[in-house]
Amino acid sequence: MNVLVYLIPVSLLLGGLGLAAFFWTLKSEQYEDPEGDSHRILSDRWDDAPPKD
Amino acid sequence: MATPISACPACDAAPLAEAQAGKGYHGNGMEAQRIMLSLPQIYCAACIAGVERGLAAQPGVRDARVNLTLKRATVDVDPGVEAQSLADYLTGIGFEAYELDPGQLTSTATDKQGKDLLMRLGVAGFAMMNVMLLSVAVWSGATDATRDLFHWISAAIAIPTIGFSSQVFFRSAWSALRVGRLNMDVPISLAIILALGMSIYETMHSGEHAYFDAALSLTFFLLAGRYLDYRTRAVARSAAEELAALEVPRAARVVDGQADEQVAVSDLSPGDVVRVVPGARVPVDGIVLTGESELDRSLLTGESLPVAAAPETIVSAGEVNLTGPLTVRVTAAGRDSSLHRMADLVAIAETARNRYTSLADKAAAVYAPVVHLLALAAFLFWLWYSGDWRMAMNIAVATLIITCPCALGLAVPAVTTAASGRLFKQGMLLKSATAMERLAEVDHVVFDKTGTLTEGKPALGDLSRHKPRDLEIALALAEGSSHPLAQSLVQAVRAAGVQPADVTQVHEVPGKGIEGKWQGKIVRLGRAEWLGANAVGQTATYLAVSGAKPVAFTFTDALRPGVEAAITALKSKGMGITLISGDVPAAVADIAGRVGIEDWKADTLPEDKAEYVARLGKAGKKVLMVGDGLNDTAALAAAHVSISPASALEAARVVSDIVLLGKSMEPLADAIDLSKSATRRIKENFAIAAGYNAIAIPIALIGLATPLAAALAMSTSSVTVSLNALRLRKG
Repeated sequence: MNVLVYLIPVSLLLGGLGLAAFFWTLKSEQYEDPEGDSHRILSDRWDDAPPKD
Repeated sequence: MATPISACPACDAAPLAEAQAGKGYHGNGMEAQRIMLSLPQIYCAACIAGVERGLAAQPGVRDARVNLTLKRATVDVDPGVEAQSLADYLTGIGFEAYELDPGQLTSTATDKQGKDLLMRLGVAGFAMMNVMLLSVAVWSGATDATRDLFHWISAAIAIPTIGFSSQVFFRSAWSALRVGRLNMDVPISLAIILALGMSIYETMHSGEHAYFDAALSLTFFLLAGRYLDYRTRAVARSAAEELAALEVPRAARVVDGQADEQVAVSDLSPGDVVRVVPGARVPVDGIVLTGESELDRSLLTGESLPVAAAPETIVSAGEVNLTGPLTVRVTAAGRDSSLHRMADLVAIAETARNRYTSLADKAAAVYAPVVHLLALAAFLFWLWYSGDWRMAMNIAVATLIITCPCALGLAVPAVTTAASGRLFKQGMLLKSATAMERLAEVDHVVFDKTGTLTEGKPALGDLSRHKPRDLEIALALAEGSSHPLAQSLVQAVRAAGVQPADVTQVHEVPGKGIEGKWQGKIVRLGRAEWLGANAVGQTATYLAVSGAKPVAFTFTDALRPGVEAAITALKSKGMGITLISGDVPAAVADIAGRVGIEDWKADTLPEDKAEYVARLGKAGKKVLMVGDGLNDTAALAAAHVSISPASALEAARVVSDIVLLGKSMEPLADAIDLSKSATRRIKENFAIAAGYNAIAIPIALIGLATPLAAALAMSTSSVTVSLNALRLRKG
């Protein structure tokens, strides 16, 4: 059962990383234009960052 | 770089601009201005690149970003760059573009509420999954110290999460309780708080059952429903705002000895003088100072015949100037104008509609007290029966959780999201949350005529009645004017393959018509009074060759496409149909005959329209009003549910529940069918939720419910309800 001492913090940490990544996507406005983003991947032009406010 | 194979022909123009882009331009040190452009036709990757490169290559443009979801471009420019010139440039390279008023769009630009909900949803999802993992370990047999440890970890995750994510429900429940009402959020909040409190207590006393996972999944599922609901409304609102923002409210103010200055209509005050060019809408109420012209009043009164305007004529905001430039002295602007009188009528009618209770509210009104009473009864019974308050409390909490309206919270938004998505694809924009339910109940449809059943654009009648010589002369004259009748005549006659006669010295006489010389004789095309002709009782323009009797070219208002199909479909559903218009009886009777409406009324005032609709409503009819004019707004607001076309005046669109985005009236009947099946799905969802409860409540009441049973009941009912809603997207 001692393995739990490592595994629980590890699982929480990984989950937390996922949550942090989600926050970052939300903050950097990645859900503003889902349709456009799905098309932009086809563009051969270097894609710049969204405008900063 | 390989040239991409472009899906849209317009994008082939893009490489031109591309060469100059790329360099990047970072402004001249001054504060950037933001311009919004509407791009209704873009749809592909190459279009995005084309628009962005094209804009970036324009002088003064710092940054351009296309949003394909909203079909809109945001452009940062140096001060002084005109939005109109950018729009013209884009239209020139093949992307239709319109200027938007950024002031109307602020609420979508900073979509804080949506992000906030999404953030809370994400946190709830993260916490739910982690706690669920720990709970599975407990359910599969962890005991003693291990179980307590898992419960403590769960508590450590759940407490802050509930504090953050469930605030949405707590706040809404509190605001309902404060005014002495019960809404769906009251049982939700109570269940979450009791489940959390009870679980903490149990954990502290090494109890067997903790409901941390239930409290969290409840939060997660309900937030998902809340977010869906929000999305549906946000999409509708941003599209509605875009319609409003398309009409940039500006006027040309005449300043002594200088060029006109462009000002916002809201900045005008009585006494100012504004110039109204042909083709523009009169921005204010006022009196004509100089100029002669004709005015199209159809949006205000429903009249299809233009009226003459000369100095001293009183004009109202919303009329369209047709032929000559006018200067108008402002008597009332903005809130004081004739628009405001309509607004008063609308305000009275709207209070009636606000009394409508949605299905969700009805369900909540029954549901909340029943659940609370059941939980209380369970608590009291078990306390009396066993004397163990901890056990009684456990059973009461289990009852609250198991009956908690997860499925109910998803039942309505899941269906509305699916249905409004389908309506949007058919070109109908749902503005109001309960519009679908109201649309499903409709049994009588009232149509306006001008601009609703008809396109509001005149089409030339039968050509074969006219002599070829007359047509040739009329064509030559009409080509010299931008008057809608002249334009329509040119289109029809050109289409028939007629070549213009050799008419010289063509010039327009504002407010009267067009004059020219043909074979040494003076020829005129214009108003009956000008030519001394006998006016026919229809929209018409007259041609006079000097020495001969004037001939009339009559016009009929072209029907909006899909009108006949829609009316036939409505009739086959057994609905009553009425046509009600402010136009003259002859014109109304003509249209009514063409589309097959037996019941029609002409010469009605705005008040009459509203009163007629209200009377139908009092007689127990559920009226759908379809209209576009200012004279329809009160009737639109008085009706059970209302629809206006996208071409309608803003005032009319604001009061209607649904906006018809396309030109065709055909989706109307389909929309009623769709809303009926959507309402049916909502009721089915309520039945499914009730069915789960019918099984789960007795189990909870006799004290057999475990956290596992609660989790199962909650998830299966939520998933079933969502799947049932998805059926709406097909067939």
